[in-house]
Order: sequence, then C-alpha cells, then structure tokens
Amino acid sequence: MKILVCISKSPDTTTKISFTENDTKFNEDGVKYIINPQDEWYALVKGIELKEANGGTVTTITVGTAEDDAIIRKALAIGADDAVRIDLKATDASQVATEIANYAKSEGYDIILLGSQTIDYNGSQIAGMLAEHLDLPFIAEAESMELSGNTAKLDQEIVGGVQSVEVDLPFVVSCTKGMAEQRIPNMRGIMAARTKPLKVVPASGANEYTSFVKYSLPAPKSAVKLIDPNNMDELVELLHTEAKVI
Amino acid sequence: MSILVYVNSNGDKIAKNGFEVVTYGKKIGDVTVVTNGNASESTLSELGKYGASKVLVDRSFEGIDGQQVAKMVVAAAEKEGSNTILFSADVYGKAIAPRVSVKLSAGLVSGATGLPQSDGTISVNVFSGKAFGQLKVNTDKKVISLLPNSIPLEEVGGTASIEEFDGNVGESKVKVTGTKVPEGDIPLTEAELVVSAGRGMKGPENWGMIEELAKELGAATACSRPVADSGWRPHHEHVGQTGVAIRPNLYIAIGISGAIQHLAGVNGSKVMVVINTDEEAPFFKAADYGVIGDAFEVVPRLIEAVKKFKASN
Repeated sequence: MKILVCISKSPDTTTKISFTENDTKFNEDGVKYIINPQDEWYALVKGIELKEANGGTVTTITVGTAEDDAIIRKALAIGADDAVRIDLKATDASQVATEIANYAKSEGYDIILLGSQTIDYNGSQIAGMLAEHLDLPFIAEAESMELSGNTAKLDQEIVGGVQSVEVDLPFVVSCTKGMAEQRIPNMRGIMAARTKPLKVVPASGANEYTSFVKYSLPAPKSAVKLIDPNNMDELVELLHTEAKVI
Repeated sequence: MSILVYVNSNGDKIAKNGFEVVTYGKKIGDVTVVTNGNASESTLSELGKYGASKVLVDRSFEGIDGQQVAKMVVAAAEKEGSNTILFSADVYGKAIAPRVSVKLSAGLVSGATGLPQSDGTISVNVFSGKAFGQLKVNTDKKVISLLPNSIPLEEVGGTASIEEFDGNVGESKVKVTGTKVPEGDIPLTEAELVVSAGRGMKGPENWGMIEELAKELGAATACSRPVADSGWRPHHEHVGQTGVAIRPNLYIAIGISGAIQHLAGVNGSKVMVVINTDEEAPFFKAADYGVIGDAFEVVPRLIEAVKKFKASN
C-alpha cells in the first residue's frame, strides 16, 4: 500500500508574530520552525500506523526550500520511509496543491493524508484542492479511520457533531484530533533518518492565484476590568449594558 | 455583478451562517443561491429576506458530498455567469470551496473576515488569529469562504424566485453510514455565546455547573486542550490553535490560564470574561472582564445572577 503524507513547516506554537518590510513579510528572525502539528501528530502518525498494520510505504511530500529539510528529517525519524521536497518557496495554497498534484498523479498513492489545517495560514485549502486535481473523494476533519481491504470507515467532524462514512481507496483525508497520538522519535529513528532518501524535485511552474499584500496585528487590549467575585450581578449587568453581548 | 452563494439546506434547515453569506453577497452584487436536496419552498424563500433574488435548487441529490456539490456549484456559476462564488467557511465550505477554486482556476480566499476593500483585498486571520492578512486575488474569478460570525445578518425584505436546476452531479463515492448530532446542543462554531472551562475544574464530574451556565445563557460549551486530551470532554469542544478557532460575541473562560496557544483560537471573540483563582494567569491580560476567584464559588453565583437577569428582562 502506498501512503503519501503532506507535511508543511510552521512556526513553533509559542512564536510571537511580527512583520517586516513595511508589514508585507512575516518576520522570520529567531523563529523556530516545527512540523505543522496537525500534519505531524495526526496525519503522519496515522500514515505510519496504516503501514504497520497493512504493509507498504509512507512517503512525505513538502513544497519548500532546503530550509525545510530539518523538519523533513524529523518526519523520517518518526517513521516515514522516504521524502519528496518540491523545491519552491510558496505561500499560495493553489500553487502548493497544484505542485503536489503534479507530482502525485503518476505515483498511484492509495491514501493521501494531511493535517486538517496549518497553524500559520489556517486555510484548510490544500486537501480539497489536491482531491479535485486528482479526481478523488476527500474526507475532511477525520478523527478516526479503520481500513479493511479496499474500504475505509471514517468518523469525521461535521457542524455540531460527528458523521460516519465509508469510502473505497484511493482517497484524500485531512486528519484532526483523535486520529492518532503524537510519537517522539527515538535514537534509532533519528540515526536511520539520516540515510533515508530525500528526493528534491524541481517545481513544475504552477501559478500563484493569491498573494498577501499587507499584514497587521490586533490592537492592544485595554486593561481588564476586575469584578468583585461576590458581585456577579454586576458582571451580568456590564455584559448587558456596556458590552451589549447578552 | 452576479454573485453565486452555496447554501446548505439539508434537513430542511438553513443555519445562521448560511444567511450570513447571503448578506455578504448582497453587499457586493446580485445574489443567486445554489443548493440541493429536499428543502421546502418556504425554507428556501427565507433566503430572499437576506437579499437572494434567485434560488437554484438541485432536487436530484441530498447531502454534502464535496465532489457532487462542487460540480453543481460550477454548473450554476456557468449558467448565471457568476465570477464570484461564496461559501461559509464551516467544515462543509472548507471541503467544497477548494474544489470549486480548482475547477474554475480561481483564487480562493479561505476564511474571509470582512468585505472586499477598495483595493480589492480581503482580510483573513493568519497565524491562528494572532494576526491579520490582506489577501489579493490575482484571478478574475474568485472563490471566497466567509468565517462564521464575521458579519451581522441584515434583512432586506426581498423575495427570491425558486427554480429547479440540474447540476448533473453523478454518483457520490462516499457512503454516509451514520450521523451523531446531539439534539439541542448549539454547534460551537456557530455559537454567539460560549462558556469554556479548563483544568481548573479539576475533573469531568464538575462540568454540571458549566453546562448549567451555558444552558441559562443559551451558549455552547467549549474546553481547553488539556481537558480534551484527558478525555474529560469530547475533542470537538477543544478550542485553541490545534483545535477549533471560534469568534463568538462572548467567550467566558473558567479555570483556563490562557496560554498563547489557547488564546490563538479565541481571540477573535468580541468580549472575553475570565474567571480564575490565579491573578497572574495570562488570560487576565487578554480579557475584557476578569473575576479573581474560585470557580466553584463564582460560577454558581453567576448562574443565579443570569437567572435573575433573565427573569427581569
């Protein structure tokens, strides 16, 4: 079984966000990059679990520059067999999805897994775009998946609840909490990762459909108004008359 | 300008975020809605109130299969000559809008928080709500998904003509075998009021007062990551950077310290209240109103105060 996991780098979750060049670029000074958490904890680990249960290979794919190799090696240390990096610094989701699709379409993957969103641009766009390019079904926000033979049973988050579905291979799935548990790479994995194949392929020239022209930060909050813990009537009154939210 | 809006009317119901997208569309052009399934004419005609002039309904299929809905939406866009297609950025919109953007070779603005500006850019949240970005679409055709609770509903009191329509969608490759949607609960992403609690509640057996407060307010319940990780509450209640991002009018955080990862998921809230014993908790820097006190004493008082308020208003 051929499994593809799309992984992206993202700033560490504790990063203080700032911008440079007249607020047109994310300030990368001193930023520590990690594998996007949803990609690592849920998509990658689920991919490895599928391989452990069914045999096959787990390949990761990333659209990025040589700066991304560190997080790719970490994915290999966690247990992916090999990695592909499409050599392009991209911020537009359409461009990223098209590049991945152009690579994946001739590879015949059985399952393509992604995290439900990245914590930097939060668009949740790549999975659906990739599924459309490859003409595959797409199960969004899956929190569990069981595979028997050629058919997968999944539970996915929907508005206000959970939906159970069945779908035949091949398909695209975006993974959220519940799908798998984070794995910490062990020393053997880290050593093995150094020699696992990381293939760098040139970009195919996909177009950029969108671009960020300006960023801004939220206005600083005014100081908190403290309410006497014995006077909850006052809090309710303020929420009604001052904040006008109830 | 013809604007096409996809609205989910399955179960003969249209959620508030469906009407929000119609309101949004009405502000930029002439709105046609496309939907599918067996919703009644009276349900669909509600869309007219918010500015839809026409509703195209494909009665040939039910459900929200992404491949089918995307085909239908693109067929409707071609029929109407619409170059701007709108969705709500809920879980369905997030699955369908990217497909439509590929089919039309159109740029996608995912999770718009406001109307297009005079320079054509649209604001979206980035870095999990820690910052905002102005996104420019470089293509003539545009797909926009609107973050729920980003625009107040506006009734314009119009009427919509309802037209049967065949999107030629084919068969679904995904079989839905069951759904579990708890009756009476308010979906978190749609909720205007949210009551959320963290480890300060000490254990899942103490959630009764959280649920009671939520019920009195008509609020949804949420929780912090450690609470979901410990299995005290279901995963879908987890708000924060790696959980759900929400932007209610009121967010009440009880026994949640307010780590940067948690705040990222909730700082789109209009008003935040924090209840915590620890006055050094970072949440006090982010909140509008704060109560330094023990949740086990403060929350029952707050429930009584809300009851009293409801009785007198």
